[in-house]
Amino acid sequence: MTEFDWTQLLDYALMGMLLAVGIAIVRLRNLFAAVMLAGVYSLISAAWFVTLDAVDVAFTEAAVGAGISTVLMLAAMLLTAREAEPVKAIRHWAALIVVSVAGAALFYAVGDMPVYGDPNSPANAYVGMDYITSTPNDIAIPNVVTAVLASYRGFDTFGEVVVIFAAGLGVMLLLGLNPGKKTGGEE
Amino acid sequence: MNPHLVLRVVSKLLIPLIVVFGLYVHFHGDYSPGGGFQAGVIVAAAVILYALIFGIENAKQAVPTGFVRFMAAFGVLLYGGTGVATLILGGNFLDYDVLHPDQAHHTGQHIGILLVELGVLFTVFSVMMAIFYAFAGRAPDIPEGEW
Repeated sequence: MTEFDWTQLLDYALMGMLLAVGIAIVRLRNLFAAVMLAGVYSLISAAWFVTLDAVDVAFTEAAVGAGISTVLMLAAMLLTAREAEPVKAIRHWAALIVVSVAGAALFYAVGDMPVYGDPNSPANAYVGMDYITSTPNDIAIPNVVTAVLASYRGFDTFGEVVVIFAAGLGVMLLLGLNPGKKTGGEE
Repeated sequence: MNPHLVLRVVSKLLIPLIVVFGLYVHFHGDYSPGGGFQAGVIVAAAVILYALIFGIENAKQAVPTGFVRFMAAFGVLLYGGTGVATLILGGNFLDYDVLHPDQAHHTGQHIGILLVELGVLFTVFSVMMAIFYAFAGRAPDIPEGEW
């Protein structure tokens, strides 16, 4: 008889909380509360990633999802109304149909996914195992995630940095860094 | 009395700790979760917290917009420059082993990873600050009743 895995209970609890927060966000009219709950959603997701041993992802989710994006959403919300406009019932039905079809497709695909932590799954078996076995010899740092990100896939990360830079450049060009200041002349 | 006294005192205590934690996340990225991206976001969060509590004008004096503009580009150049340096030293693009003669301990790899992660940190921090300045600078100050 296999021993009961108590971390499963934690997973179910976190999933239940995600579901509850998600439903609450959909039902809320007050945008401030919705933004704050979106931050809570990110924080619970981060906790869930920790139980999945994806600590680096959890770290990023907590910092970006729960921290920065909540602040940016609040800043954007200050420029608009505080309450969402009521939506016509017919659009609710359209959204429900889209979500149901997409959700059913996802559930259908779950059967093809490898078991969590399966060493023979495609993600773990080929280059993944390669990186784990050769990192101590090639790079000699303990954190394989950093080794893959910065050294093995350094070129990819360079592309990501350029993407972030381009995103910032776009915002700077469109909105400017000193929007409060009146600029003289034509612009 | 200032109605945000508690917020001001607590955030004044916390902001230096958040910045130090961000630097820890960066420089300890070889050994523990984290790296330049997370560190940049954490340091930016510290400055944004400062801006929320003490006003955006004070934050712009601490982290000027010109500095943000410069660092966003400098981070990308530092990352790319590390790659070009490895090219000049006779290796492949971003092949850090040539950066240091000590091949047995892979010191070149350590230097290279630290440099490119520093580039990531600068760019991520600056872009987060730029987006925050661009959006938050537009909003009117939060009325007292909504705190």
